Amino acid sequence: MQARVTHGYGSPVSEPEPSTEAVRIARQARDRVRFEEEALALADQVYRVARRLVGSREEAEDLVQETYARAFRSWQSFTPGTNLRAWLFRILTNLNVDRARRSQRAPDMHPLEESDYYLANKLASAGGEEVLEQEQVVERLSQDSVVRALSDIPPQFRDVVVLVDIGDFTYADAAQILDIPIGTVMSRLHRGRRALKSHLAEETMA
Amino acid sequence: MMERDPCDRCEELMQDFLDRTLTDPEWKEAEVHLSTCEYCRRRYRFEETLRRYVKTSAVERMPPGLMAKLEELRGLDATA
Repeated sequence: MQARVTHGYGSPVSEPEPSTEAVRIARQARDRVRFEEEALALADQVYRVARRLVGSREEAEDLVQETYARAFRSWQSFTPGTNLRAWLFRILTNLNVDRARRSQRAPDMHPLEESDYYLANKLASAGGEEVLEQEQVVERLSQDSVVRALSDIPPQFRDVVVLVDIGDFTYADAAQILDIPIGTVMSRLHRGRRALKSHLAEETMA
Repeated sequence: MMERDPCDRCEELMQDFLDRTLTDPEWKEAEVHLSTCEYCRRRYRFEETLRRYVKTSAVERMPPGLMAKLEELRGLDATA
């Protein structure tokens, strides 16, 4: 249908249509800014997890910067409407694996077969408490001992514990981020938490 | 068939109970046991307190200046 030529305001033919290319560029710029804003709003959470995945504050800062640099470069590969938090952490954990490989850290692989029950009692008795007064044992743990215990868990277990227990990710998100099956997330989580308790128990007895 | 010790069973369900990932029948089973067993209730409270403590202890605020560095990364070229 041909546009009717009218006179006065709002004439459909007298106003130049912006070129489709210009529209595309403007839209892309807007999407990009929105993406960057949304990603930066998560920086605190990203740092919190990064800090527990690596040994020092400096390494954590580097890791977060590398993560954002890569995210900003490849923003177009993010599908709007999907989970940006999980997408960012996928980048972060991949970068962290690369870093660990570069620094040739040998994974610590001692078996962790003690039960939760056993460890809870070990923790409790270490404090010289009645076995049943376990809550008070927790109050005695220092913040430093928790941080140290977390850093002593073998990395592949630690990643899962940090994502789920500190980053508040669901099992499904953690599975997606680490690219492992959900059953593996669950078993590593259980073993990682046990390792954590085992280290805490050692600390309280030391 | 020998009945399993309900406290052993409760111990087995504990972590998933705290994660809220039990199936409905398992959830019910754990709740029923916890409502009658003081020992397991204490175990549950311990695990819950420990988790909360680990979480609060492990959280460290972003260092000052990092946000500004991240802001500077905006607009990075895909080829850069």
